[in-house]
Amino acid sequence: MPPVLQVRDLQVTYYTDSGRARALDGVSLDLNPGEKLGLVGESGSGKSTMALAMMRMIKPPGRIEGGKVVVGGTDLTALSEEAMRKARLSKIAYIPQGAMNSLNPVIRIGAQMMDAIRAHNPEEPRAEAEERCMRALESVDLKRSVFKMYAHELSGGMKQRVCIAIGILLRPQVIIADEPTSALDVVTQRQVMETIDRIQHELGCAIILIGHDMGLMAQFVDKVAVMYAGRLVEVSRVRDMFTDPKHPYAQALIRSLPSLENKGVFQGIPGLAPSLLRLPSGCAYHPRCQHAMEICSRAVPPLETINGSRQVACHLYVEKDLYAEKA
Amino acid sequence: MKPVFLIKRFLFLILVIWSAATITFFIPRLSPRNPIRERFVELARMGGFSPADLEQIVASYSQRFGLDKPLYQQYFDYMSAVFRFDFGVSLNKFPKTTVELIMEALPWTIGLLLATTIIAFVLGNLLGAVAAWPKAPNWLRATATPFVLLMGVPPVIMGVLLLFFIGFRLKLLPLGGAYSIGTVPTFTLEFVLDAARHQILPALALILGSVGGWVLSMRGMGVTIQGEDYVTFAEHKGLGPFTIFRDYYLRNALLPQATGLVLALGAVVTNGIVVESIFGLPGVGRVLDQAIRSNDFIVIYGIVLFITIAVATLMVAVELLYPLLDPRIKLD
Repeated sequence: MPPVLQVRDLQVTYYTDSGRARALDGVSLDLNPGEKLGLVGESGSGKSTMALAMMRMIKPPGRIEGGKVVVGGTDLTALSEEAMRKARLSKIAYIPQGAMNSLNPVIRIGAQMMDAIRAHNPEEPRAEAEERCMRALESVDLKRSVFKMYAHELSGGMKQRVCIAIGILLRPQVIIADEPTSALDVVTQRQVMETIDRIQHELGCAIILIGHDMGLMAQFVDKVAVMYAGRLVEVSRVRDMFTDPKHPYAQALIRSLPSLENKGVFQGIPGLAPSLLRLPSGCAYHPRCQHAMEICSRAVPPLETINGSRQVACHLYVEKDLYAEKA
Repeated sequence: MKPVFLIKRFLFLILVIWSAATITFFIPRLSPRNPIRERFVELARMGGFSPADLEQIVASYSQRFGLDKPLYQQYFDYMSAVFRFDFGVSLNKFPKTTVELIMEALPWTIGLLLATTIIAFVLGNLLGAVAAWPKAPNWLRATATPFVLLMGVPPVIMGVLLLFFIGFRLKLLPLGGAYSIGTVPTFTLEFVLDAARHQILPALALILGSVGGWVLSMRGMGVTIQGEDYVTFAEHKGLGPFTIFRDYYLRNALLPQATGLVLALGAVVTNGIVVESIFGLPGVGRVLDQAIRSNDFIVIYGIVLFITIAVATLMVAVELLYPLLDPRIKLD
């Protein structure tokens, strides 16, 4: 089956007064239909930029400098502005981070669902469109009466559900959920994640889940992609990532998780995330890396496939493969 | 909306009217000037009667106006009259009452102020919203700038400048008055067009200076609103730019502007009065102007009180309309 989403060498730069910030530096990614990918990384590592770039919603002073985003055979980067507008929500949908403020406070929920449908299918009869909204609301465990309510009459979890319902209105092939649970309490978090999970099964779409919460990731995604300083450093199946992370940064991330066996000692990752304005030469992680070698400060390691199913961008593994070839 | 809220608002309105009436009662009585004496001194100077009788005439008129009674008695008489909507009899245009004078002039004032306030509000907010909208064409965004520059010019100066250049130099529009001399006010198309021509310059004097204020406050709101998550999400939903502009951006940015409109009402009336006097329009402003010139304090304070009541009532009215604009506001 061909991948439903192909990101190829995507590059985004923010032009700031103090210089150019490379927020996304040659990111490539494939996603199969029905696959759930978790995108993790520190704040400022480029997760949200990645989501915005896929929606072609990077605002000045940011710019997509290169690369392709192909959804179901359509290259989004080649579309006209109007065609891209139509592609949003119908091909690739975005469920926003701050669901608390993502709904217009002065118009009814129903109106905010109807305008989305009408922006894409202006011909659809009103009754049909309304029925579609109602079904979307029901599929995220909301009552039909929410259609007539205002945002301030809903709880945080309900607002997030409304955002999900809007996201699935046009049955997109790819859904990007940008920290959909970050503003919710743990109980609601779990319910919302279960809703997303169920919706994904029903629609059969691919999902990119962006977040910091490794615990939540472990339960819901198939694959985890780790970002560092605007690059993907490791993409692995979720089990591999948690039991045997390869990239030193991914290892540090996993080590920093509290666990039942490992009480008391709580390890952070030493050092600070680098400024995107002045990235270290070579591998951006090398100043913080325990395994840093001489080559790490000179050459940027490419994202290579190792052991068949995982991708890692680290000289440690390239070197080993080279030795293996020699031997 | 609960009836309790309405009653509260109504009581508040009564309180405002009572305070205003109390102030307008005491201020003229603090003044050492006696308008009745002044008026008769003037008449005596022109030689109508012997100055010897003056004190007697003044005393007799003071009695007729109730000015010889003790202060508290005058106060209660005044208050009960105010709440019967009786603001007294003009000293200068006796026997016309203040209310009669106001009512004759009111249609002109309401027509001018209503039209100019609405035009300035709509124009200013649209231009301000567009000026803050990054996707608007540059020429359109720049349209707001001249209005911001004109904002510092008070309506008095603006009125005089317009009169001089457009009325006097270019002779494009009439110099003053509400209609051409010699015409009789009737509801014919000819008269209405003539009256409208006379309203253009006063209207411009009021509009040109006030658009800029709306532009600036709307631009500020606009910048804040377009950073709101719901505007970004609207774009993620693939909505067209016009829908986003109208339903998500403008609609939200307008909320504080409605409050601003209430606050601006007072200034609107003040500016209107000044402009009416400059252009010689037969509105409330000119009645006030004439009353001030003739020291007709009953009319002066009657108009002040009337304006206070009108503005306070309008404010309550806008407040009652607020839930229609913002569903988050419940009036109780």
